[in-house]
Amino acid sequence: MSKPLTESEVRHIAMLGRLQLSDDEIAMMTEELSAIVGYVDQLSEVDVEGVEPTAHAVNVQNVFRDDVVRDSIGPDKALANAPQREDSFFRVPKVLDQDTV
Amino acid sequence: MPTASEISKSVHEGKSTAVDAVNSALRAIADRNDELGAFVSVCEDHAIAQAKRIDALPADKKKRLPLAGVPIALKDNICTDFAPTTCSSKILASFNPPYSAHVTERLIDAGAVVVGKTNLDEFAMGSSTENSATCITRNPWDRERVPGGSSGGSAVSVAADMTPIALGSDTGGSIRQPASLTGVVGLKPTYGRVSRYGLVAFGSSLDQIGPFAKTAEDAALLLGVIAGADTRDSTCVSTDVADYVGALNESIVGKKIGIPREYFAEGLGDETRKHVEAAIEVLRGLGAETVDVELPLTKYGIACYYLIATAEASSNLARYDGVHYGHRSEKAGDIVEMYSASREEGFGAEVKRRIMLGTYALSSGYYDAYYLRAMKVRTLLRRDLENAFKKVDVICSPVTPSTAFKIGEKTSDPLAMYLADVYTITANLAGIPAMSVPCGFDSAGLPIGLQLMGPAFSEAMLLNVAHQYQLNTEHHKRVPA
Repeated sequence: MSKPLTESEVRHIAMLGRLQLSDDEIAMMTEELSAIVGYVDQLSEVDVEGVEPTAHAVNVQNVFRDDVVRDSIGPDKALANAPQREDSFFRVPKVLDQDTV
Repeated sequence: MPTASEISKSVHEGKSTAVDAVNSALRAIADRNDELGAFVSVCEDHAIAQAKRIDALPADKKKRLPLAGVPIALKDNICTDFAPTTCSSKILASFNPPYSAHVTERLIDAGAVVVGKTNLDEFAMGSSTENSATCITRNPWDRERVPGGSSGGSAVSVAADMTPIALGSDTGGSIRQPASLTGVVGLKPTYGRVSRYGLVAFGSSLDQIGPFAKTAEDAALLLGVIAGADTRDSTCVSTDVADYVGALNESIVGKKIGIPREYFAEGLGDETRKHVEAAIEVLRGLGAETVDVELPLTKYGIACYYLIATAEASSNLARYDGVHYGHRSEKAGDIVEMYSASREEGFGAEVKRRIMLGTYALSSGYYDAYYLRAMKVRTLLRRDLENAFKKVDVICSPVTPSTAFKIGEKTSDPLAMYLADVYTITANLAGIPAMSVPCGFDSAGLPIGLQLMGPAFSEAMLLNVAHQYQLNTEHHKRVPA
């Protein structure tokens, strides 16, 4: 079913996965992923006509709890591991480009 | 080293103290850890303080603690608010969790003392503990060999008598495989039996926390402490927790043991086969009956597992973006570059590979062919097992095709490493409990494990069979040189 992945497909997947891979990593990943995808392709042999998918081994659905106010960990604990903090906020680089603002 | 049951009993009776037990574990770690690399951090001050608190309790209160003064090691993907939790990853190298996992709380409430955190394949992705960004963990039976993985550090802590018990996590065999390769007992409970609250997520529909110990008796004691409902994990079920220790001495006469021919087919090493078959003979000698069963879809398990586990992992690991905690790249320009560069710098090769495979399996145009199809095959694999358990009580098989391999032997071929998980992953896909019990040694002196699988929530029965086996064998008493 599958043909080997191309480097441009691998670059696209890396972008989707937010991984800034180096050229060497792209080359190696193209080879390794092609081999793995080639292997998992054997699932196409299995007749799954009319079979329901299993997303979870235990069929638990919509577990509710009472909607009551409870203590949470608070801003200081929540921010204790922040790479960059400002007041009660996580500081990040700019999100929007100048021209899209 | 005494077992957890012995330590707890001795502390209950006032014959020894929690401080003695903890000091002896800390000494063993100081002596052996440089060589074996089982622990990534040791929390000495916390442990001594905790032990003193237990010793200060009145006798009647102490007696109500099932693990009074018992030193325990936790895999470093289980959150502790008193020690860093790194997942052996650069991206979490300096992460101090603001809360403890449910199992950590349960252990402390039961009188256990956490002495340290153990090495793993980064984010539990691997079968050899070689994918750790922290250190190499060595197999105490042959230091040139891997201990298995991903819970290699926890397995070695028990195998090399640094702690009598430990916790690991098992997504595709990560408790049972290292237990088998290091000659200890390891149990993956039924999905939903133990809360995953505070376990760093890898494959959320597959992950379970479970015990390592030398004996089924200790594993039963530990499982009884960590099992049970928790409102903070909605997949954790409220089904009654069985009396695991109480069931150990039941007779296994008439128990029906299923032997799946697919698990003894091509690819299984001769010595492993010989010892697993001998173990089954021991169970027959104790009155169990053997029945052939068929699990014809076994060979599709690996493909099914590596699509589902990586799809779930790629979603779960999206949270490591350098915003709230963990590594943030210095070279961040805009926010997308910050995400991508932080992840590139923070993750190791195997984690990147799995994020890539999972992202691919979920991406537009491939979802139906890969992820959706894998979930349908998962249904069929479960059905195979349900049908088998209509005929038998327990299924016996090897845990791994061969004994521990050399460090570095398989690192250049990721697919070959995946293929060795063939006997363990079906239990995760089906959500059923499974355990590894030491059943012998190959001619090079390396341990071999027997796998026992049972229907959902049959842990008490598996532990009972394992205990009866251990009462009649000596393999678990052998210690590495």
